[in-house]
Amino acid sequence: MSSAVSVIAQAPATPGVGSPLLNISIFALFVVVTLVVVFRASRNNRTASDYYAAGRSFTGPQNGIAIAGDYLSAASFLGIAGAIAVNGYDGFLYSIGFLVAWLVALLLVAELMRNTGKYTMGDVVSFRMRQRPVRAAAATSTLVVSFFYLLAQMAGAGALIALLLQIPNSNTVGQGVVIAIVGALMITYVLVGGMKGTTWVQIIKATLLLIGAAIITIWVLGKFGFNLSALLGQAVDANPQVQTSPTAAPKELGEKLLIPGLQYGATTTAKIDFLSLGLALVLGTAGLPHILMRFYTVPSAQEARRSVVWAIWLIGIFYLFSLVLGYGAAALVTGGAQRIATAPGGTNSAAPLLAYELGGEILLGIISAVAFATILAVVAGLTITASASYAHDVYANVIKKGQTSPDAEVRVARITAVIIGVIAIAAGILARNQNIAFLVALAFAVAASANLPTILYSLFWKRFNTMGALWSIYGGLVSCVLLIIFSPAISGKPTSMIPNADFDLFPLANPGLVSIPLSFVLGIVGTFVGGRQPVEEGKYAEMEVRSLTGAGSEKAVTH
Amino acid sequence: MSATGERSTIYEQMQATPEFAELRRKLRAFVFPMSAAFLIWYLLYVLLASFAPAFMAIPVVGNINVGLVIGLLQFVTTFVITTLYVRYADRHLDPAAERIRQQIEGAE
Repeated sequence: MSSAVSVIAQAPATPGVGSPLLNISIFALFVVVTLVVVFRASRNNRTASDYYAAGRSFTGPQNGIAIAGDYLSAASFLGIAGAIAVNGYDGFLYSIGFLVAWLVALLLVAELMRNTGKYTMGDVVSFRMRQRPVRAAAATSTLVVSFFYLLAQMAGAGALIALLLQIPNSNTVGQGVVIAIVGALMITYVLVGGMKGTTWVQIIKATLLLIGAAIITIWVLGKFGFNLSALLGQAVDANPQVQTSPTAAPKELGEKLLIPGLQYGATTTAKIDFLSLGLALVLGTAGLPHILMRFYTVPSAQEARRSVVWAIWLIGIFYLFSLVLGYGAAALVTGGAQRIATAPGGTNSAAPLLAYELGGEILLGIISAVAFATILAVVAGLTITASASYAHDVYANVIKKGQTSPDAEVRVARITAVIIGVIAIAAGILARNQNIAFLVALAFAVAASANLPTILYSLFWKRFNTMGALWSIYGGLVSCVLLIIFSPAISGKPTSMIPNADFDLFPLANPGLVSIPLSFVLGIVGTFVGGRQPVEEGKYAEMEVRSLTGAGSEKAVTH
Repeated sequence: MSATGERSTIYEQMQATPEFAELRRKLRAFVFPMSAAFLIWYLLYVLLASFAPAFMAIPVVGNINVGLVIGLLQFVTTFVITTLYVRYADRHLDPAAERIRQQIEGAE
């Protein structure tokens, strides 16, 4: 909390910018437009397939834009630009891991998953296994990943409110009301619109985000005669050093902004930590349940492939924009990296401050609205994924052993969505301004360790069995969470979540380097330990033929 | 879920055909080496950034250094691999998968 306190202490020197009224108005316009779209889209919501998978009726390009919307969360939209503005090259490194990761999804996961499953990740990993234990495991890791991701999004909301609505961090009630309104809107989208409505919200949001980022990028480059080198030069010249809090020692920037190492290069441990993070980023994306679920919203594997191709291009182009936004903010914002690092909202303020510098209140208002829309849309996507996993995997298949009607299942999913929404609001209010950026990294690490090995083994390895799946999922999940608890992210350092305690037995803040290989190995060991049972030849044949050809896969709903 | 009463399902019969074996071989022959290639290229980049910052700092043109160029090359390879895979799947995977799918669904 010490960093948050110092931010408040400095707040008078760096007040919020722009007009809160204008920011709210533009966001309200977004809400009205999307609500109309959601209500219109929900007219045909009748079946479970409609609620969970939008009737599998979206086209590849539509779903690709929606995937970009899901993926470009507040953390990657505001976070990467801010990280580049303050930490230079190391922020850029993040975005590359996030992008390259999509090749895993494209080449190994998306199409085979679309052909094999119905609504959830559990459908695929339990396909030829004993249903109940494997579905329970898949649902557990889905809920854990979604919860960490959700918490990170909601915690960011407080910082954003402080910056954009000028409600200071000390005003718990004010910020709490805003978080509750955002949460209530999200629940409405999910309940009314199901997957179809949520997808349309993502499409609208992603379009606004990409257009907004493109405008600022061209604007910034235009100021430097479209000469990237000149932009980098000014970022270097304008920022000789940064002091993140009055007590901290100033950190030298300058030329260092252009080379790796500002954030991760101090010690060998920090370098290994970065390697660990890089591994989790590149292997985590294809195991994120809310991303995997999007592959079911299209009618065929070919469309799933097209969605990933669209997503890769859009996300890649967006990260190229982010490079310009980040260095542009360092170069052009009055006060540079110093002001960005100490503004309300911290480094997240880079893109909004740059927008204000260039286009004044109007452009800031648009970017603010997009930022709120981002939180709203990503949280909605996470909620529908978590509720689907609970209703479809746990309720219908584990508790009711498959003996339930689709209507009852959807009813359970809706109730679950409301509960998750309420938890998200409460968590968002409690976790306000906590330094929990590591939660996103943790969500990726859990996804990479608990989900990806099991998905790959069950798609490509004939001998893989129930025991292997359970060892891999639970082993990856438990090792990740334990390593985080005993890491410097939680205790032992001034920047830790609990700075006064000291139980950091594991030196890395990112567990991926240990937990991902461990989970791959556990999948193999578990398979051989449980290997006495014969391979279910029939189920394996069905899964393999189905995954490669689409024969027998779920078809689109025609209304 | 069809033909569960028989000793061998349509899926098992199809899995045993040379056409299906060829489809599986073609898919794996592309995606496994390509995945290994981009993962090694990415890890090489992360290792260079972590342990060879002096190399990454070598200027290329103006303020643009080796690190930025290699970083942007990661974008280029990602886009190129995506495009290559789409072309490969269009030519070598989709027609075979479609033929097998129609055989199975026609038989059901």
